[in-house]
Amino acid sequence: MLDLLKRPVYTFQEFILLSIRAIRGLFRKPAYWGDTVIQMDLIGVGSLPVVCLTGFFSGAVMALQMSRALQTYGATSQVGKIVAITMVREMGPVLTALMVAGRNSSGMASELGSMKVTEQIDAMRALGTDPVLKLVKPRLLATAIVLPLLTVIADFLGLVGGWVVACVMLQLTPGAQYWETAWRAIEYNDIAQGLIKPFCFAIVLALVGCYYGMQTTGGTQGVGRSTTQAVVVASVWVVVLTFIIGRIFTNL
Amino acid sequence: MAPDANERVMVFDSVCLSFGGECVLEGISFEVLRGETLVIQGAAASGKTLILKLALGLIRPTRGRILLFGEDTTGYTDEQWNDIRARIGMLFQEGGLFDSLTVEENVAYPLLNQKRTPLSEAEVRRRVEESLEFVELGHTLDKFPSELSGGMRRRVGIARAIVTQPELLLYDSPTAGLDPITATTIMALIVKGRDASHATTVMVTHRHQDGELLDRYRWDPAQGRLVPAEPGTTRTRYMVLREGRIVFLGTPAEFDACRDEYVAKFASR
Repeated sequence: MLDLLKRPVYTFQEFILLSIRAIRGLFRKPAYWGDTVIQMDLIGVGSLPVVCLTGFFSGAVMALQMSRALQTYGATSQVGKIVAITMVREMGPVLTALMVAGRNSSGMASELGSMKVTEQIDAMRALGTDPVLKLVKPRLLATAIVLPLLTVIADFLGLVGGWVVACVMLQLTPGAQYWETAWRAIEYNDIAQGLIKPFCFAIVLALVGCYYGMQTTGGTQGVGRSTTQAVVVASVWVVVLTFIIGRIFTNL
Repeated sequence: MAPDANERVMVFDSVCLSFGGECVLEGISFEVLRGETLVIQGAAASGKTLILKLALGLIRPTRGRILLFGEDTTGYTDEQWNDIRARIGMLFQEGGLFDSLTVEENVAYPLLNQKRTPLSEAEVRRRVEESLEFVELGHTLDKFPSELSGGMRRRVGIARAIVTQPELLLYDSPTAGLDPITATTIMALIVKGRDASHATTVMVTHRHQDGELLDRYRWDPAQGRLVPAEPGTTRTRYMVLREGRIVFLGTPAEFDACRDEYVAKFASR
């Protein structure tokens, strides 16, 4: 039994140690701003198309699925409210994070994993560079900055998707009413929740991707394994964290 | 002041290394004097590369002490290690070049990371070009490592290792996976690098020819090629590892005369 637990406990311990070093690294020099901007471009601009599509269609699907239920109760005017609350609180942050996990956590794991198995990370240390500062810190910073921004874009496009379905396709409610109810439905609590979630997800996505990359062993096969593990673990953490943060905000 | 030939550049004192309770190096004790060449041989997974990684502080020993340039590195932080590493050049087995950087940026990397001696951009460029000319790759400045052959990548790795003119050079299987002609070219560059800077050299290798070249040849700058060296002048010693333990440590003559069956496999006879 102890042997079974040894591996996950060791992995968790190493992950926490890397996280502490990375977060402490945020306050240490050198800053590697150039690398951070490159990562922001890769993660932010690179993920924009997939995040836009996901956001738009998740809002559209939400309006479509809710339309029948709302018609039953004669509450079609509330479609904007439902789409807004769902997108801002939950679907926007979670779906954006899952997209970024699939695209960027895997990318970080495979890039750093390849560097690990080809001794580039050892070479970096041998040449006087701390890989946590040079590789992990820019990715962590970049993800923490761009994921909330991507989430805001996904939220807005989700509302647009909902409007297209509710007002243009199904004509459930006038456009002005849709936007009015959507706007009035969102409270500060929702906005805070919708921004704190992607920030927390960003930290986990970047650290999980970097952790699995830097722990890679076993050549190219090992790189593939790390990439898969990074996506799976990051995605699971997103779902777990959204519940925990949602629970905290429910009590507020 | 002339460097002291009896100065101990690298000392391993009863070093042991374990991974998850499994001992991979046990009771490793040896020293390398300034200007000496140490050739480390042994079967695969005998712990040769680990010795180089320990010497660079990339892994820490479970027990024992490692002294570099007279400093006991036990308990050193990464910051302190970086000061030591600035005096060491290392060629990794596959070159260890950064994929995302050009050849020029790769070779310039150690110069730009040396905080103690900031260099001007022009000086960095000059040293990089000089180093690449040394390995006869002056024309590859703008290329990426992926555009180079295995032998060329190894040569760029040598250029990067020597660009800071380190006092101690470590080579990890520099000829592994190369054809005999390219391997001889690489070894000639390593001998050239050693003799041009009088650096202390530690080389891990599988091939007995590599050790022989380091022991029996020297670089003649006048002729621009390797020439036979007087016996003993290259100050070369051999070390043979078996399953994480030193089974032989001695001069080339002792190495050739050793009757141990395992050691004899690595000697030229």
